[in-house]
Amino acid sequence: MNITVNGEPRQVSADCTVATLLAELDIKAEGVAVERNMEILSREGFSEASLEAGDTIEIIRFVGGGCGQKECHRA
Amino acid sequence: MSNQSDPLVIGGINLNSRLWVGTGKYKDFDETRRAIEASGADVVTVAVRRVNITDPNEENLLDFLDPKIYKILPNTAGCFTAKDAIRTAQLARAAGVSDMVKLEVIGDQESLYPDNEATLEAAEVLVKEGFIVLPYMTDDPIMAKKFEAVGCAAVMPLAAPIGSGLGVCNPYSVQLVQQAVSIPVVVDAGVGTASDVAVAMELGVEAVLLNTAIAGAQDPIRMARAMNHAVQAGREAFLAGRMPKKTYATASSPLQGMIAASN
Repeated sequence: MNITVNGEPRQVSADCTVATLLAELDIKAEGVAVERNMEILSREGFSEASLEAGDTIEIIRFVGGGCGQKECHRA
Repeated sequence: MSNQSDPLVIGGINLNSRLWVGTGKYKDFDETRRAIEASGADVVTVAVRRVNITDPNEENLLDFLDPKIYKILPNTAGCFTAKDAIRTAQLARAAGVSDMVKLEVIGDQESLYPDNEATLEAAEVLVKEGFIVLPYMTDDPIMAKKFEAVGCAAVMPLAAPIGSGLGVCNPYSVQLVQQAVSIPVVVDAGVGTASDVAVAMELGVEAVLLNTAIAGAQDPIRMARAMNHAVQAGREAFLAGRMPKKTYATASSPLQGMIAASN
């Protein structure tokens, strides 16, 4: 099925969860936050959070910054 | 000056350093780490961005900055609306380093001045959600009172526009902010060199947050050391209480026991 991850279209299997998606992307769960359709998920819930076709997923983490960067994570 | 005699507590959190630093604009993470070490700062602000899914093995900032050593202060840098800033703060908390947030809602791309009204709106929501909110604001005492009234843990007035390095452009305003509120005041943005930091600290603010002044110096590590000295010198001078200014000379050597003037 098709979902969107950080603005990019992506194909995942029908039984995909947030945890398996992170594993597939080679992203460690520590230090990231995940939003599914604008709703923030708790890290403990990643393995139970199953994905549905059309879901929009955002995966964020911390980067270097002081203040006033011109682009937000949504840009 | 030991921390015991001059503690800095913000939102119930004990902090060791009155110099706070940003982590942007460095050459690489190694330089970031070395500069922060040299600065003596223990509060380090970081931005929230999408993971690069095409290169997930990119180096991670938090591998270079141990959250056990540094207080990681997520910021909402780059947000232009209250809604985006709230969402960014919530994501930062979910990423699991802190309930503290340096709340920033920028008003326009050119001045990078804060949108005080939108920031206040976001602050109110985040305080209710249990965040320790530190809003970036203009150097305006009335605004500072409003942020205090909605429950912010500190206020962060600018010294000058972000990244400008102009220093404390209006020390009188910063002082008015200082007098207007009983929560800590942290000068954020606009300082350029060590003397600017000393000036800010001598006004009596609790701490200074800077980024470009170190990252943009010819030798960032050396400037980080200079900032470390400046923040301590400025704080000591403030606590010591400066001598009154006079418009006439006063000798500092005794007049008694002068050798006789030859005729």
